Parts: sequence; structure tokens; C-alpha cells
Amino acid sequence: MNISGFDSTDDPGSDFTRLVRQNGTEPFPALPGRNDGITAKDIAHGTTCVAVRYADGVVIAGDRRATAGNLISHRSIEKVFAADRHSAVAIAGAAGPAVEMVRLFQLQLEHYEKVEGSPISLEGKANQLSGMIRGNMPAAMSGLAVVPIFAGYDLARESGRLFEFDITGGRYEEADYAATGSGSLHAETVIKVGYRRNMSADEAITLLAESLFQAADADSATGGADTLRGIYPIIATISAEGFERLSDEVVGTKFAEIADRFAENHRSDEGVQL
Amino acid sequence: MTTPFYVAPEQMMKDRADYARKGIARGRSLIAMAYEHGVFICAENPSSTLHKVSEIYDRIAFAGVGKYNEFDQLRIAGVRHADMKGFTYSREDVEARSLANQYAQMLGQTFTHEMKPMEVEILVAEITDTPGEEQLFHILYDGTVMDQRDFVVLGGDSDAIAERVKAGFKAGLTAKAALDLARSALAGDDRTLEDGDLEVAMLDRNRDRRTFTRIDDEDIRDL
Repeated sequence: MNISGFDSTDDPGSDFTRLVRQNGTEPFPALPGRNDGITAKDIAHGTTCVAVRYADGVVIAGDRRATAGNLISHRSIEKVFAADRHSAVAIAGAAGPAVEMVRLFQLQLEHYEKVEGSPISLEGKANQLSGMIRGNMPAAMSGLAVVPIFAGYDLARESGRLFEFDITGGRYEEADYAATGSGSLHAETVIKVGYRRNMSADEAITLLAESLFQAADADSATGGADTLRGIYPIIATISAEGFERLSDEVVGTKFAEIADRFAENHRSDEGVQL
Repeated sequence: MTTPFYVAPEQMMKDRADYARKGIARGRSLIAMAYEHGVFICAENPSSTLHKVSEIYDRIAFAGVGKYNEFDQLRIAGVRHADMKGFTYSREDVEARSLANQYAQMLGQTFTHEMKPMEVEILVAEITDTPGEEQLFHILYDGTVMDQRDFVVLGGDSDAIAERVKAGFKAGLTAKAALDLARSALAGDDRTLEDGDLEVAMLDRNRDRRTFTRIDDEDIRDL
């Protein structure tokens, strides 16, 4: 691999996607014609991710399950990624293109920061992601949609911010909370009912854990806490101090508390003849 | 048709080397040295926005002296090379040695084939998890590469500065001790350098993934 020299007309500047393209790799390849025969059951899909604003920033979370049709294809896939020090992206949709998009997005942010000497603004990062989703639109139309949530701490505004997207690259800033994926309907309802302005980090974490618990309870494509294998959903906070993922112990305890509370109210009484 | 004057190749190379050396000598110098947590880099640079030292990759730093636009162009080429390589293969496949070789090719090519050589000297520094394995690649305007372990001095007055560093250098210096040594070595006997005259950055192996860290003027005091 050579250090690439560009003349002024084709210099990619600080755009990593363009650099990749000029080195001969197309990050969002067009699909070969119609994708006859490929259906959702052939490809791993990631599901439920949620995020909520709290007093000092944003909490973002996602379950660990990937499904292909009615089968569980991966039990410990990760869908919540630090995009850089002060932002994160959580993905739902076709797992392959989604993970690749996150990798490109992370590199784009880092590449820009190194070339320019300062990071992109939070809104600029959301726009970059929007462009990548738009680039993936031909694949999305064939069933390989990627629908992320972008969350971050805006150092200029000193507050957490949330963005939802659709498959066309449409970018929608949310004031309070966001959810994506197959279990998002249930998860979002839980958040909507429990949401308050300026929650503490712990309250926000509990609310998101509860939302994933309920989504997993009602949606077969969403995974809950897998105590058998010690696999727990990912929960991370993003504040002025940066991105911080909670340890499995902390998340595990949170889910155990929720499960206990749930069992107390829902377990059928022993000895009662139904 | 005019016949070009014959110039002996020795003379031509010497003229170019003199030209490049003169350009480099006009700028101020830079020191990089191994310290307890990695590599400590200190440059004499009154500007707080136009950097001589910068990040290339997780464990790799770049530093340049001489003509700013020329070494900045090399810096960007290095970031592109490293990021492309990490994207195509994996993050651990990005190495300073390969980058230093690429830089050497580029500078050597320019030195022999272009009208004007680049008036720069650059450094590619890399750390590993193990103390004592720091690598400092010093690359000259003509593509000469030197691989150094403990410390390296770039710039015009490098011999005299290197003598002063050598007198005070030992393995496992703290960041504060490395700063004091670099400051006095750059200043010499008849000058003093304030915090604002220095640009300081480190590759610190205690940091997560991206080990490069820039020390601002206020933070220099707190070292």
C-alpha cells in the first residue's frame, strides 16, 4: 500500500469515505440486480435499541440478540458502539451492513479529527451518519435496511442530544427519547410512561433496562438478560466525561431487580388450581 | 536548442542537501524521548494552533520541523495511509516501521527527482505495551531513515541540543523530568523558555486505544 498522492481536483480532504472510494473500494456497493430469493430469514437482523436524555447527557442501550427469520442467529451481538469519545451509535436492521456502516462512521469521525485537528460538531456527526444511511438506500430497498440511533454529548451546548433516522437518511432530532428495531414499540411505550425531565443517571439507566425487559418479554426478536450464559444488554452513558459502558455486573444486578419485581406481581400462586 | 550546462551529480546532490539543510536550520528544534509511560515529545513552538507534533494512529505520533506546509502535507499522507491500512486490515496491522519506510520513499523520491527537495525532518514514534520498546524513526530530507531508542533531536541546532539531552537522559524519566530536560536542552545556556513557547505531546501507554495526548499550556504547569 502506498502513501496516496492526490492532485487538487481529486484530493479527498478530510473525508474518509471518499478516500476509501479513491483507493478502489466502494463502501456501499450496489446489489447485483434483483435479490431474488434472499429474504429476512437468510440474514442476521439486529433488533431493539433505545436512548434517553437525562440531566447530564444521554443513556443509550441495546439488547444482544440477532435473528434470522424465526431463528436466533447470534446471542451476544453488540449493537451499541462508541462512535468517538462523546457520541455513540446504536443499530437495528441487517447486521452485516449495519456493523460495517458503524466501522466506517467511527473511522470517518477519527479521520476528520486527525486531519483537521479538531472534532466534527455533534450535528455534523449526525449529518455524516445520515449521508451513510442514504448511501445504503439501494441495499435498504432490497431488504438490507440499517436504522440507527445516534446519541451524544454536545460540548458546545453542554447537553445530551438524540437523533433518529429512517432508511432514506432522514434525520430527526428527538428532545427526550428514541427507540429503533422490532421491539421498539414496547420499549418506547415503557419509556414514554416512565419518562421525566432531568432524571439522574441511575433513574435513566433503570428506565432503559425496564424498557428492554418489557420489549424482550413481548417481542421474540429482542433478547433479555441471558442469566444462563451471563449475557446482558449493553447500557452506556455519555456525558461531559465521555462515553462509559456499564459493566455486566451492574447491568446484571439491574435486570435481576426488575425480574424480581416482575415475578412478585405476575407469578401465579402456588397451589391454586387453574 | 540550447545544451544544458553539465553539473556533476555530486555537486547537484550537495547543492540540494545544502538548500534543504538551510531551510531546516531556519526553524526551531524538537526533542522526542522515551519516558516512564511511553514517548514524550517537546517542540519549541510559540504557536498554539499550528502544530509540529500530532497524532497518526493509536500508538503512533508524528512530528516535523522545517517548512510547515511541507511536513503538514506529509502528516496528512501518514494519517491517510494509517487509517486506510487499519480499515483494510486491522488496527494492529498499522505499524510505524512501514509508515517510516513510506515516508523515506516519498522524501527520497522528491530529493532526487523534483526541482526542490523538501525542507523538512520528520519523526515517527511508536509505543508498545512494554516499557523500553519505544521506537523513534528519524527521517531526513533526502529519505535517510535512522532508528533510535532513547531520544532523538530534530532541527537546525540538533548536535548541540543532543549533547545536552544526553547529559541528563536516563531510562524511566517521569513526564515532569522529561519536560524539564527538554526545556533546558532546547533553551541552552543563554535563554529560558516559557510554557507558552513549548508544544508538548505524549504517547501514553496508560490511555485507552488512542494513546496520543496533547498537553496544553495550562496542563504543562500541572505536570
